[in-house]
Amino acid sequence: MNFASYEVDEFYDEMLMEPMAARPCAHHLMQSIQTLPPGEFERRQAAAEQALMQMGITFNVYGEEAGVEKIFPFDIVPRIVSAAEWGRLERGLKQRIEALNLFINDVYHEQRILKDGVVPREIVLTAKSYRRQVVGWNPPHGIWCHITGTDLVRHRDGQFYVLEDNLRCPSGVSYVLQNRQVMKSLFPKVFTASKVRPVDNYPLKLRDMLEFVAPAHAPKPHVVLLTPGSYNSAYFEHSFLAQQMGVELVEGRDLVVEDGQVLMRTTKGFERVDVIYRRIDDDFLDPKCFRADSFLGVPGLMEACQAGNVALANAPGSGVADDKVVYAYVPRIVKYYLGEEILVPNVPTHICAEEAGLRYALEHLEELVVKAANESGGYGMLVGPHSTKAQRAEFAEKIKADPRNYIAQPTLALSRVPTICAGRLEGRHVDLRPYILYGKEIFVLPGGLTRVALKKGSLVVNSSQGGGSKDTWVLADSEAVEREGLDGHAVPLSRGGRS
Amino acid sequence: MLSRVADSVYWTSRYIERAENVARFVDVNIQLLLDAPEGQDQQWEPLVAITGDHEEFARRYGAAAESSVIEFLTFDQENPNSILSCVRAARENARSVREIISSEMWLQLNRFYLMLNAAARQPGGLDRREGFYDEVKQASHLFSGVTDATMTHSEAWHFSRLGRMVERADKTSRILDVKYFLLLRSAEEVGTAFDGVQWIAVLRSASAFEMYRQRHGRITPRGVVEFLTLDREFPRAIQFCLMAARDSLHAISGTPMGTFRHAPEKLLGQLCSDLSFTDVDEVVQHGLHEYLDELQTKLNQVGQGIAETFFAFRTPEPGKKPIPAALQ
Repeated sequence: MNFASYEVDEFYDEMLMEPMAARPCAHHLMQSIQTLPPGEFERRQAAAEQALMQMGITFNVYGEEAGVEKIFPFDIVPRIVSAAEWGRLERGLKQRIEALNLFINDVYHEQRILKDGVVPREIVLTAKSYRRQVVGWNPPHGIWCHITGTDLVRHRDGQFYVLEDNLRCPSGVSYVLQNRQVMKSLFPKVFTASKVRPVDNYPLKLRDMLEFVAPAHAPKPHVVLLTPGSYNSAYFEHSFLAQQMGVELVEGRDLVVEDGQVLMRTTKGFERVDVIYRRIDDDFLDPKCFRADSFLGVPGLMEACQAGNVALANAPGSGVADDKVVYAYVPRIVKYYLGEEILVPNVPTHICAEEAGLRYALEHLEELVVKAANESGGYGMLVGPHSTKAQRAEFAEKIKADPRNYIAQPTLALSRVPTICAGRLEGRHVDLRPYILYGKEIFVLPGGLTRVALKKGSLVVNSSQGGGSKDTWVLADSEAVEREGLDGHAVPLSRGGRS
Repeated sequence: MLSRVADSVYWTSRYIERAENVARFVDVNIQLLLDAPEGQDQQWEPLVAITGDHEEFARRYGAAAESSVIEFLTFDQENPNSILSCVRAARENARSVREIISSEMWLQLNRFYLMLNAAARQPGGLDRREGFYDEVKQASHLFSGVTDATMTHSEAWHFSRLGRMVERADKTSRILDVKYFLLLRSAEEVGTAFDGVQWIAVLRSASAFEMYRQRHGRITPRGVVEFLTLDREFPRAIQFCLMAARDSLHAISGTPMGTFRHAPEKLLGQLCSDLSFTDVDEVVQHGLHEYLDELQTKLNQVGQGIAETFFAFRTPEPGKKPIPAALQ
């Protein structure tokens, strides 16, 4: 496979500076790809797909015959991030998480930032994800957002921007780990030479963090992962993480609250639970406190949590900081709490609740992406350049009727990575979701989920709409090589039974 | 461990064992027909009887013929006991306990399922797939081998072995029951070459032929009954299976051997003693069918007892202190 006919076009390409010229960080990879015997690269792509299929990393395809399962498409050309770039991102993400955590804590306590008028009070208090139930509550160590997956995009100017903060139940990290596993078996030599930083210790870091936030009464905390069940689309990830951490995977029906304690039904009776990594949204967590019609949660769980008998990660109420309108204020939030300028900027955002923002948005609908605050997954969204006049008129009315609920952003030209398309390499648009853990300290996993829009020209990377994923290689600088012992040997992920 | 998880681990291995046994019945019958004398009626109906689904079969397919029985027992998705349904159910159970079983077990189960799915879709059906039932047996053996070799032999593993052994004991008794009934019915054939072939087939359905020869030599109905029911060392004999199931049950609850703490332990203990102190003449005198029928009823009670004791949904008794978390 070669790059002779590969076109960089007018986008930022993560691998090539110009046709046939690799970026320094991708130099070695590009050479390896080009020197493979004909057909070999395609063969490895097929081997990767087969490995993922056999690992059972599949999702059910609705509307097709029972038993038809597909893998989340995976492309073996990795996305590479240089050590220097990663250093900047890492500092920026730590800064952002620290500030967001202070913000969450503040809005459920003194509300200084609202009193000082930095973020409008009504925007925070009317956010759907603002939970009155946790006002005045103090989570262990003051940590609210234990696990975050921040969506980043790189624009034509080569700069990374934060597109979204996912502070509730960000998913996808299992793909990061499995993709890496597959790539290591397919390209062991390239790994050796490229000094790629490992991601395999994520489950260990995750468990350390969960034990760190345990209630003080539990010196050897009993940690579990709470899943909605095996029909949830992220179920594979839940069981994978539980297995890799060596903790039990529980469903709501396995737990019961008695005397303010969370207990787990076992073959030998009831066992006490101290920390719950919950992959269920606030709404469904506890029918006594949130939605009464939820069958997924555990009645009384919030009471146990507020009494300090069990720790939940992420803390209920954290979602207030990933409201799409609150997002627009994050640069000001960082400045307010830390006195620093934001290191990784937001996508320039027009806040419709502000008069100037509203006017600009309405005048430039054709070139903007408009998002509703309380929706996700691409719902309630207008993509200006791809919209009809009627759709724009309809959206303008919606915005005018409820400006608080909308923000507008320019359409970005997402960067591209070479991707195998019908037997040849073509550029496809990507985003990047790094994962951040907040425990004793803030840890940013060196890597992340690179999602790729496999359709030509498409900017939509969601798996439900033709998206796939790639391995993300964060390269080590000399310091990291020493620290992480990257002597070039790919260390296999430990697998198997519980310890 | 979690009750729900114990339930799933137990049923995963039970379903795999069931799929394997169905493959055994079908395969042996196919082999048998190759040796059947000219004009001999094809015996497909008994196969459906072994799995206990004859009413369901008659309702949907009518009279038993080779192609319909094979379809019903192998790929029929509406038959919960077809090989495909069993393996799918095993996989669904395993999917909900992936963090408990080893990745290798999941990988093997998943390969097994994908292999069956591919076979079910193959145009031309099984005629094109030489050695299909051997593949099924192999896949099941591989699964239990991988289970034994990669999973810690602690509580979860014991639940897995318990499921496998209870299922195997049940299926061996069914094979024997149905075949014995049929073989004795055709009295005029007793002692003919074909009769011998039939008995060999019974042994083969339990992979017991060579092992039987080593133990008993000559093939006699009495010898076959003794071997498949009372042998303590052949791993598909009912006695062997129930002893292994009992060992696992005691390992799970920590109850000393010879005593019991709950209903399934009591029942299984009684069953094992009964078998230990029975000889084959008593079985035959009692009537093999009656004997096996009672045994199957008791086995069902053991299964129900296991479910009630370990898997059932319970609520805590107020005031009772929870047990400390297991050391992790």
